[in-house]
Amino acid sequence: MATTTEPGVSITSQPSSASLLSVRSLAKHFGKNEVLRDISLEIAEGEFLTILGESGSGKTTLLRILAGFEQPTSGEVWMSGERLDSEPPYRRRVNTVFQHYALFPHMTVEQNVGYGLAIAKRPAAEIQSRVTEALAKVKMSAYAKSKPSRISGGQQQRVALARALVNRPRILLLDEPLSALDANLRRQMQVELKALQREVGITFIFVTHDQEEAMVMSDRVALLRSGELEQVASPREIYTRPATSYAAQFIGHTNLLQADVSNGTATCGSLHWPTTAAPQVAALFSLRPECIHLASADTTSDAAVRFRARLRDQAFHGATELLRVETDSGLILTILTSARDLPKDALQFEFAPADAIPVRATTLGSNSDADSDARRNDARRTEDPR
Amino acid sequence: MFSRAYRAAITVPPLLWVAVFLLVPYLLMFCYSFWSVSESGTIVRNWNLDNYHELLTKPVYWQTLLRSMWIAVRVMFFSLLLGYPLAYFLSFHAGKRKDLYYQLVIIPLWVSYLVRAYAWKTILGTDGVLNTLLQYVHLTSHPLDFLLYSPFAVVLTLTHIYTPFTFLPIYASLEHVPRSLVEASHDLGGTPAQTFWRVIVPLSVPGVLAGATFAFVLSLGDFLAPLLLGGPSGIMISNIVVSLFGAAYNWPLGAAISLCMLALVLGLIFFSERLEKKWSFR
Repeated sequence: MATTTEPGVSITSQPSSASLLSVRSLAKHFGKNEVLRDISLEIAEGEFLTILGESGSGKTTLLRILAGFEQPTSGEVWMSGERLDSEPPYRRRVNTVFQHYALFPHMTVEQNVGYGLAIAKRPAAEIQSRVTEALAKVKMSAYAKSKPSRISGGQQQRVALARALVNRPRILLLDEPLSALDANLRRQMQVELKALQREVGITFIFVTHDQEEAMVMSDRVALLRSGELEQVASPREIYTRPATSYAAQFIGHTNLLQADVSNGTATCGSLHWPTTAAPQVAALFSLRPECIHLASADTTSDAAVRFRARLRDQAFHGATELLRVETDSGLILTILTSARDLPKDALQFEFAPADAIPVRATTLGSNSDADSDARRNDARRTEDPR
Repeated sequence: MFSRAYRAAITVPPLLWVAVFLLVPYLLMFCYSFWSVSESGTIVRNWNLDNYHELLTKPVYWQTLLRSMWIAVRVMFFSLLLGYPLAYFLSFHAGKRKDLYYQLVIIPLWVSYLVRAYAWKTILGTDGVLNTLLQYVHLTSHPLDFLLYSPFAVVLTLTHIYTPFTFLPIYASLEHVPRSLVEASHDLGGTPAQTFWRVIVPLSVPGVLAGATFAFVLSLGDFLAPLLLGGPSGIMISNIVVSLFGAAYNWPLGAAISLCMLALVLGLIFFSERLEKKWSFR
């Protein structure tokens, strides 16, 4: 099963259609501080790509290089066959939705939206009709004559979106545009933004630190860690086939198993399972909590790996229940099951060997106190076997 | 939050100071402006509008007032012309040297006004630095005498002295222009020049208004620069007030002129503040 995710295999998966934007061996240093290292990325026409990373991972710097606000130290950016990184921002057909919207306070909503067109000296009638259309698209027509200070954060967000889209850019960059909104509005905007992207068909590059947001909205996720690309893949692939231990832990929750591999068998304490991973000592495997099931006589197949474990504690989450169990060899595992009453003593569990994904070892949170999002949920933290 | 005694201790002294040294003198001036001086040189406390009538009908007063305003307008104009680009450069393009340059602008303010005025005297005089240099390089054959003791000298000196006062509020307002707005403008296709005129300038209007008001008001009331460098043609209204209160011993007329200037300046400040409010967006 593990043929496609063997350690050492390229972490970037190519987009399906022709590449619109090509980032080649990009690096950025601020003095001695290496913010980005060897970033290579192909982005397809019409794609919704999310650059996901903790704060300090370099995701905003990457976006600012694409927008033209920063110059890369080395490497190149190409857009449909033309070198982009030497062009100033005002000559790029790339528009940005800024984190705090950056609406011009001395202009009305419609002047803000029409700014790019006015700068380009389009005829007044064309500006008027395109601004009206753009405001209608983001449901802000009623506020055309308002000043930005008179409208709410969510409304400013929509205006910022209209202001960028009205210029019909090849690529729209979004720098954590939802981070300033409250949770409900945020979820609503995620859906709207995704729908809008499908409607206008423009390539979106979306920067966020919120893995859930990345999963919900993106065609592909580029996971950035300490200035390096960890994995670039669809949300489904990155979840089911994480390339690295960091990817496995940052996207969803997982159990990391440190196992010795020899003769096609991985051994971790009292657990043994067949694997196609290359023989090695202390290989890492990711086993999602929902991939471990309570074993019962009738569901057991021969291929499944069965083990006994004692229940340490359980957390009731409504439809599901999170268990922490300890195996006979002292390994602690997190298991997600449908909620039910469980006996406290020894239980039988099982998992399919194919669900134990070999991953490259990279650590979670090199900048440990900078962003606690990845570690907020206890269940995401995994125990080292021993 | 604070005790009554504490609040009294910090508010009463400054209030007392303002009352004794500002409000009472103004009140006295107000009274004087309606009184008159007798033949024998004593103040006669009979209330009338004669001083205001004289001020409006005798050309020497209103013409000098107009000339003073014209000098102040020129100082305001040149201070903005020098102060704005300087503030813009410091705020947007000075990079790491910003603090150093800022100090360099401020340091001249530590030098006494008199010293700076005298410095211009040695530069502009008949045997001054400038005339010597011009003759040395044979640009002129004899000293230029319009340099000193002229309105030109007054405008030049006042511009030099008050440019930092224009610079400071402009610099402060430019520093408050969010850099994300500049980036947003570039992002939307605005060239640096378009961004400057459409985003940076409108957002710095409050600073420009404050700086212009400073330069105009401070110049209008100045009397040392015209005294030292103005000569007969560079006399300003404050010089007349000084002589009315001094040698001429006509306090009532001096008070009337002062109150007119005060009204003018207060009206200007009021107007400028209204405009500043209109142009601030936070």
